[in-house]
Amino acid sequence: MPQRIFITGYGIISSIGHNSGENLSSLLQSRPGLGRIRHVDTLLKDELLVGEVSCTHDELISLAGIDAADGYSRNALLGIIAAREAFAHGGLDKHHDLKTGLISATTVGGMDRSERYYLDFLSNNSRNAYIDSYDCADSTEKIARLLGIHDFVTTISTACSSAANAIMLGARMIRSGRLDRVLAGGCESLTKFHLNGFNALKILDKEPCKPFDQHRAGINLGEGAAYLVLESESGLAVTGNTPICELAGWGNACEAFHQTASSPDGIGAYLAMNAALSMSGLEPAAIDYVNAHGTGTDNNDVSEGRALERLFSKNMPRVSSTKPFTGHTTSCAGSIEAILSVLCLEHQVIWPNLNFKEQMHELSFSPVEELLTTIPVNVVMSNSFGFGGNDTSLIFRKVNNNNDTSSPAPLLLRE
Amino acid sequence: MAFINGIGIISPQRTADSTAFLSDVMEYTADYLTCIEPAYRTFIDPLQSRRMSRLMKMGIASAKLCMAESGVEMPDAIITGTGLGSVEDTEKILGEITKEERFLNPTPFIQSTYNTISSQVAIQLKCHSYNSTYVHRTFSFESCLLDGLMQLEEKSATNFLAGTIDEMTMNHLQITRRVGQWKMEPVNNLSLKDVKTPGALAGEGAAFFMMGAERSSSTYAELTDVATCYNLNGSFASAEFLPGFLAKNGLYPADIDIVLLGVNGDCSNDPIYMQFADQLFPAAAQAWFKHLCGEYHTAAGFGLYVAANILKNQVCPEVLKLSAKKPVRLKNILIYNHFRNINHSFILIRGCYE
Repeated sequence: MPQRIFITGYGIISSIGHNSGENLSSLLQSRPGLGRIRHVDTLLKDELLVGEVSCTHDELISLAGIDAADGYSRNALLGIIAAREAFAHGGLDKHHDLKTGLISATTVGGMDRSERYYLDFLSNNSRNAYIDSYDCADSTEKIARLLGIHDFVTTISTACSSAANAIMLGARMIRSGRLDRVLAGGCESLTKFHLNGFNALKILDKEPCKPFDQHRAGINLGEGAAYLVLESESGLAVTGNTPICELAGWGNACEAFHQTASSPDGIGAYLAMNAALSMSGLEPAAIDYVNAHGTGTDNNDVSEGRALERLFSKNMPRVSSTKPFTGHTTSCAGSIEAILSVLCLEHQVIWPNLNFKEQMHELSFSPVEELLTTIPVNVVMSNSFGFGGNDTSLIFRKVNNNNDTSSPAPLLLRE
Repeated sequence: MAFINGIGIISPQRTADSTAFLSDVMEYTADYLTCIEPAYRTFIDPLQSRRMSRLMKMGIASAKLCMAESGVEMPDAIITGTGLGSVEDTEKILGEITKEERFLNPTPFIQSTYNTISSQVAIQLKCHSYNSTYVHRTFSFESCLLDGLMQLEEKSATNFLAGTIDEMTMNHLQITRRVGQWKMEPVNNLSLKDVKTPGALAGEGAAFFMMGAERSSSTYAELTDVATCYNLNGSFASAEFLPGFLAKNGLYPADIDIVLLGVNGDCSNDPIYMQFADQLFPAAAQAWFKHLCGEYHTAAGFGLYVAANILKNQVCPEVLKLSAKKPVRLKNILIYNHFRNINHSFILIRGCYE
């Protein structure tokens, strides 16, 4: 029997909160994090709506608990904050005999500083500390160094499915016997670079995004970082950790259709979801909720919607996109939404798809419109699809712990 | 374990237009080594090719060369590694947004995404299977190999296409020269060993490998194992790690016939390689390859091409030799590569000629 993979901790920072408690609270109160750009110096500032983390660079440095801050990108700081929370939650500071890895995902890397200092890079030595922090590995190595993780360290970049692929690789590394536990996730900060890139592709909505709505008009970009602690069954015996839930399945497939567009029938999405489902050994009817990729673009929502209809047909589970809360956090979306999915199992809730009004003509279903709190949630699927057709789907399942009284954790309706 | 059943490689050597193994070594005196690119019309529709960046063309062409040699038409997985992705496209955008933020052409943005090559290869092949991209300095290619080896172990694949792509531009060279990464002046690649100054000679390349669970008529060698070691605050010692890594693969240090070292001409980094080879593998012959391809994050791809060819052809060309010691046989090669004494990686290759 292959090892089962459990989630034993998580940490998250996003536009709806600086830690998991704040994120949960915003979700329970249907409080989105979208607003005007404050921390990126761009002409698009007053034009676009984004899910930006409220902190300045200096505020992030202090939240991250760093002394010497030269050479830290916004991306690395977000990563450190979320990774530290997950590290503490999963008790990774203990049991050093267990083999522990860090698998992180990003696409922008240290671009926020590089685009700011590019002219200096070209002409003088004043910003040399940021030259090495340009690439994708930099934030990963800074997190590894601060947390003392060294058994395995790598970085994945598959555009908007990056962090989901980091979680998937973590699970496979554990299952192969190479690691006992893994801190897996991703970080992505807003940059002028990709705000302009997405803007040039004309897929940004200037209003709050409306995934799966007939009148949806595109994406609101977002930023953040999120990491989960994945632990093997045998690791649990050593750490004594109580699993929060199980990672029961994962699937990765490629659309092989177009560099930026999804196929009309969602073949990549279907193959990824189907692979995750068949690995979990569950029937389609067992899925209670799908946290969809649901970017709010014309193209994605038709493609993903059709793939969902094909996979689930008469057993369509509840579906929503949480991107109207956080914005589309691109390379980090996979781990942010994985944690939002885990929160559904933990607190027995299903998140609403904000801003939805009218069902898409192409689809036979509508997303969840209100927060659901009275429905049993045992299995959740989380979808992340990226440019290039890199599609990944993860399935999280509730576990019945021996000491569990089987009543869900109480809702923390904090202000 | 996997068999190397096909290779397609574009490098500063004549690797794309000739199947002869380093018979006509290219000598350069340059700031960095540049790839010798093939005529792309053989590999890519000229209409498509016109919109593609140089890196993308190099990636697709080397993937196609590799597929053709292996005879595999549809891989079970496509996995790539790149340290920096498309530097040229990224610079284009940076140049634009620092001047004028409007009316950006979306093509460089699309191509600047790191997974562009792995997904483009999938699009060209209509391949829906597993697809991923690693972007971790000198762990990029090694992580990609490790992922592929796990695919075979999991029985989710019977083969995988593993690729590396990295490019250099004069602009990027000048920026990274500021942090001491490169030599400050043009050097001769074939006398790189004698320069003895800080900084490496930069280079670039694209290399794809078709790895199979089964041997085929085009098999070069066996990829036995791969390891990445992150040196956290100086805690990593190759002398402690290596014996266990070899033993896991049924080998003793004395079984290694050639240590293929990532020596790159940087006098502050190269002693680590020499100490490693002299102390741990006193009986092995020492060889190197970065004077032929230059230093870049995925240069181990060129190293694997070299090792696979040594084993297939049963000859170690003079140009690769670092020590006078002649290997008694050509059976086991260990590639050792490190970046700034932080990212250490090991690739173990075994000949399968008997």
